[in-house]
Amino acid sequence: MSGTSGGISGRINDALRPWLRRAFALLVAWPVCLVVLGMNIRHRTRLPLKGPAIVTPNHNSHLDTAAMLTIFPLSVIPQVRPVAAADYFLKSGLMAWFSLNFVGIIPIMRKRPKVAVAADAAAADAVAPEDDPLQGCYDALERGEILIIFPEGTRGEPERMQELKSGVAVLASKYPDVPVVPIFMHGLGKAMPKGSFIPVPFFVDVNIGTPMRWSADSAGGDKKAFMAELGSRMKILSEKHERPDYQ
Amino acid sequence: MSNEAGKETGAVRKTFDASQKALKQTIEAVPGTVQQVQKAIPQPHFPEAVGYAFLGAYAILMFATVFVWLRKRLRPERDYSELKLRIKTWWIIVVLTTFALGFNTYFSIFCLAFLSFLAFKEYLSLVPTRRADHRVLLWAYLAIPVQYILVGAEWYGVFIIFIPVYWFLFMPMRMVLVGETDGFLSAVGTLQWGLMTCVFSLSHMAYLLVLPAAGNPNGGGVALLFYLVFLTQFNDVAQYVWGKRFGRTKVTPTVSPNKTLEGLIGGVFTTTLLALALAPWLTPLSHLHALAMGVLIGFGGFIGDVTISAIKRDLGIKDSGSLLPGHGGILDRIDSLTFTAPVFFHVVYFLYY
Repeated sequence: MSGTSGGISGRINDALRPWLRRAFALLVAWPVCLVVLGMNIRHRTRLPLKGPAIVTPNHNSHLDTAAMLTIFPLSVIPQVRPVAAADYFLKSGLMAWFSLNFVGIIPIMRKRPKVAVAADAAAADAVAPEDDPLQGCYDALERGEILIIFPEGTRGEPERMQELKSGVAVLASKYPDVPVVPIFMHGLGKAMPKGSFIPVPFFVDVNIGTPMRWSADSAGGDKKAFMAELGSRMKILSEKHERPDYQ
Repeated sequence: MSNEAGKETGAVRKTFDASQKALKQTIEAVPGTVQQVQKAIPQPHFPEAVGYAFLGAYAILMFATVFVWLRKRLRPERDYSELKLRIKTWWIIVVLTTFALGFNTYFSIFCLAFLSFLAFKEYLSLVPTRRADHRVLLWAYLAIPVQYILVGAEWYGVFIIFIPVYWFLFMPMRMVLVGETDGFLSAVGTLQWGLMTCVFSLSHMAYLLVLPAAGNPNGGGVALLFYLVFLTQFNDVAQYVWGKRFGRTKVTPTVSPNKTLEGLIGGVFTTTLLALALAPWLTPLSHLHALAMGVLIGFGGFIGDVTISAIKRDLGIKDSGSLLPGHGGILDRIDSLTFTAPVFFHVVYFLYY
């Protein structure tokens, strides 16, 4: 899944990928998030630095992924895997190559029937061939990686939370001891909302919550209740910022 | 005389004439050349006086560090962590300032532009903005490099009107093109106020660096900049310390309840003494002018401070940010400078340039 394509070129690719990921974090994510924007991280110690783990930030902007790659230390970056929509990020060959190798996304299908038209074989391969769209996430957790899942599914209106999708609960129920860490980020939707591609400099708040576990917090194995609890924890995190929304 | 010898003499004469001509041209060019050479010799960017002044700043920090350490030993039950954090951040600020001023004028201007960027970004993160103005905000940010390039180009005439006139006219026009009228006045007002405070006012610090060196024989622009920044920051601390020690009468009860008349007067008093003492080393100011400057910086710093406090109170926040542990945000640290920088600049400019 993480691109164990056969042959020598595949192996070189595998050796190179952690460095491409670190280079992306250092040369793209850091300058954008720390110089153009500015980050105010609260409760950084709550961030899981060892997998398997799941972090669930809110989603307003393409910058959200860059922000996530900035808050983790460089040494951990190769294990940090943003889960992203295959139908969007594997659309074109260049974008797929970039997303898979530099950002390190785990592509999942948002809509079942559509088949991603990926230009290179590795990208086509990366779309889970099995029926379960979350297979890629299972594999990553088995490898001890840290998944970044935006539970809202899509970016939506800037600075407005949407209803959470249940994918996180599915993963949590399958791996009941893996910590699920809610994160609320404020300001990224203002800096670069859906549809715009030049970030406006704003300071950004990243508020990290305490981890939930299916084994402890599932309240009788109800996925809906688990997601509701996750949602309410994200809401509490969101109320702890002092920055204004749009007028 | 043989024919050959004559030829030789002719050749020598020709060469002689040519060199003579070249010499004449060179001599004619000399006045210009001398001027060019004078211009090309860089004025010392970091004069000795400023070096000693920085040593003084480090000495004060050293003293503060030792002082807090001793008090902690004498009274271990008291909590000095906040004070320690503040002093630690002061160390970082002074070291960064040394680097920012220590290389050359253009690097210093770049650093001050970055300071403006941080301040304006912090300001825009605090005040409400409209989603429709996404692009307009990018245009507002563009004023920062333009303003500081005008400083680097020493183009005073445009430097002094670019934001108050041209950007003031351009921003609302750009907003009209967006077409959103809801909240138009407050949006255009907050934007212009932010640019005036964080960019226009602060850029006066940078313009001190490009003033003609002849205006200040005691260390040029860098010395003036040091004098301004050091006195302003010293004034902040002095007012705080006087207020803590003797403060009783609230001076701005609704805006900043911690500010007292005793702190204000005591602060202005010590700042004025220091202004008088430092002026002969770092500035061209006469005793009377230095005295007036001390009072101006003392009161100006106070007004800048409470103005930013009023904004924070209006927005319902305590600190403007978290970039400077123990101090708050950038705006919390440079709020006084947004007032003292233009005032200091224009008084000095009027009197000595």
